[in-house]
This record gives sequence, structure tokens and C-alpha cells, in this order.
Amino acid sequence: MSDFDLKTATQEYATRLGDDSVVLGHRLSEWTSNAPFLEEDIALSNVALDYIGRARMYYSYAAELAGNGKTEDDLAYTRDMREFRNLLIHELPRGDFAYTMVRQLFVDVFNTYYLPELAKSSDSTLAGIAQKGIKETRYHLRRSHEWALRLGDGTEESHKRMQRAIESLWGYTHELFDADPLEVQLADAGVGVHNAALRPAWLEQVSEILTEASLTVPKDDWAVRGGRIGYHTENLGHMLNDMQFLHRAYPGCQW
Amino acid sequence: MATDNLELYEVFVRARRGLDHKHVGSLHAQDAEQALEYARDVYTRRSEGVSIWVVRSRDICASQEDDSESFYDPSDDKPYRHATYYQLPEAVNNM
Repeated sequence: MSDFDLKTATQEYATRLGDDSVVLGHRLSEWTSNAPFLEEDIALSNVALDYIGRARMYYSYAAELAGNGKTEDDLAYTRDMREFRNLLIHELPRGDFAYTMVRQLFVDVFNTYYLPELAKSSDSTLAGIAQKGIKETRYHLRRSHEWALRLGDGTEESHKRMQRAIESLWGYTHELFDADPLEVQLADAGVGVHNAALRPAWLEQVSEILTEASLTVPKDDWAVRGGRIGYHTENLGHMLNDMQFLHRAYPGCQW
Repeated sequence: MATDNLELYEVFVRARRGLDHKHVGSLHAQDAEQALEYARDVYTRRSEGVSIWVVRSRDICASQEDDSESFYDPSDDKPYRHATYYQLPEAVNNM
């Protein structure tokens, strides 16, 4: 790849990672004032802020690479659903508390293996963002792990809801380990990560936690994909309506 | 879910190395581990601390308002318990 290609590819990659972070961050922020009790409300909002902060870093970098005067806000608030490249698992509605926690568990374990790899990137900006994310993820996983044990091994009702969430999310986890030609090239160039190589470790740790929580690891009998090419579930559009409304109605508004 | 089935914990935060842990408030949690995490989220989000203690509120044995007469009044008339009650001898004047 020529230098120009690498730069464009890195810009696209940073945008994708920004999309993942902002979409999940927004989903988590939907718990603010809606969580089961005050302390958990604040804790979930903190995690949401970690993701939104990460999105800002990825987007700022993508905007800087694009060098066309666009900002992180343009990337987050003025692109339509089809332009978003986030993995589908991040955009699914928050569901009940068990559903949110199972998704966090899956994503947190993924980031536990993904971010240390990205931290080795030859691109120092991406490596730096990943480095910061590693610390956040260690705490996120501590929370989602404990909630998995508490709810999986809790009451009959909490166990049932956890298992239901696991079954309905499992098919969305496969996409975490996909890579299109752009991501493969970036990984080969030492900028990106070979995601597929992370699955065995992910599966092992997730299985360990689920088993510890008396939950069952589902079969790999279905998978949904499409986020990286802009094919989304019907949920993302509704979410973006909410998320982008203010910026679109009052462009450039500040508080 | 309400907080009925959760425990109340008191939170103590050490702001900097060398300082004492200071009581900063309380919160609900299911166990000590979770209380520690919530304390981190609720009381140290603006870098207020370097160390956290959590204690189950019901494990704290507190003095009662009713006891204050018998607890504290008797020391009111014992000024000799204060260092300032004593005249320093010339020899130690610069202490």
C-alpha cells in the first residue's frame, strides 16, 4: 500500500472504531436516570462516558487525517445510518438490565484482548487511545463479570433473563472477529489488529465466566453481520434520531 | 429494583498520600466489593482520592445523643487536662 492509501485506510478505521464507541456509549447513556438504583445509575453513566470519550479521540483523529475541515461532531452527528460502520452488537437496544450487562460482558472481554493488540499499533495515536482504553476496560470487565455472577447465580428470574440475553446476543458476537480487506491490510501493515485471532481467547474467557455464573454457552448456530458495510438493524436509525436531533436542529450549538 | 435488599455502606476516601481517610458519604450496595466499586464511581469521579474504605453502616457503633451528658459534660470542669492549663517553667520556655 502506498502512504496515501494507508492514511485513508487509517482514517476509515478510526471512524469505524469511533462509531463502535459512540453507539455503545449512547446506548449506555440511555440508562442515565433509568437504572435500577442510584449507585448503578452513576456507574453505568461513567462507563457510557468512557465510551463517548473514546469515540471523541477516534473521531478527532479521523477528522485530523481527513484534513477537510470536518470535526469530530460532524462525524458523530451529521452522518446518516448507512454511513455508520459500527458492529451491530453495539447498536442493539439496551433491553433489560440483564441484556445490557451481557452485552457489556461480551464487549468488555473482547476489548480485553483487542485493545492490548491495538496498543501495539505502529500508529502512535491509535496505540495511545488503546492504552487509555485498556485501563477503562479492566474496570468495565470487573463490573460486568460480577454482574454476570450475581444475576446468573441469583434468583430464578435473574438467571432466566441472563440466559435469554445470552441467547439473543450470541449471534451478534461473531462479527467482532470479522475483518474486511481494509482491516486485514491494516493489520498486515502493523496498524490494525487481526481480530479473528482473538476469538479463541475471547471464547475461553466468556465460557469460563458464564459457566462460573451457572449459565450456558450457546451453540454457534446463527450469526448476523453487516455493520462494517453499513447494513444495520432497524434500531440504529431510531437511535441516531435521538442522538443527532439536537445537533441537526441547532448546528454547532454549544452549552 | 429498589434498594430495600441492599446494604448501606459508609465511604471513606483518602484524598492524597499522607492524609487520613475521611468520611465522604454513604451508598447502597449488595456486598463490600460492589460498595467499593460504587464508591469509586460515586465519590472519586473527579480524582478525589487515592484510596477508599467502605464499612457496613450497621457495623459502626455510634454514640447516642442521649449519652452526651454522661459522655462529655464531666470533662468540662477538668481544665488540667489541657496543656494550656500548665505554666511552663523558665527552663523549658522555648519548648
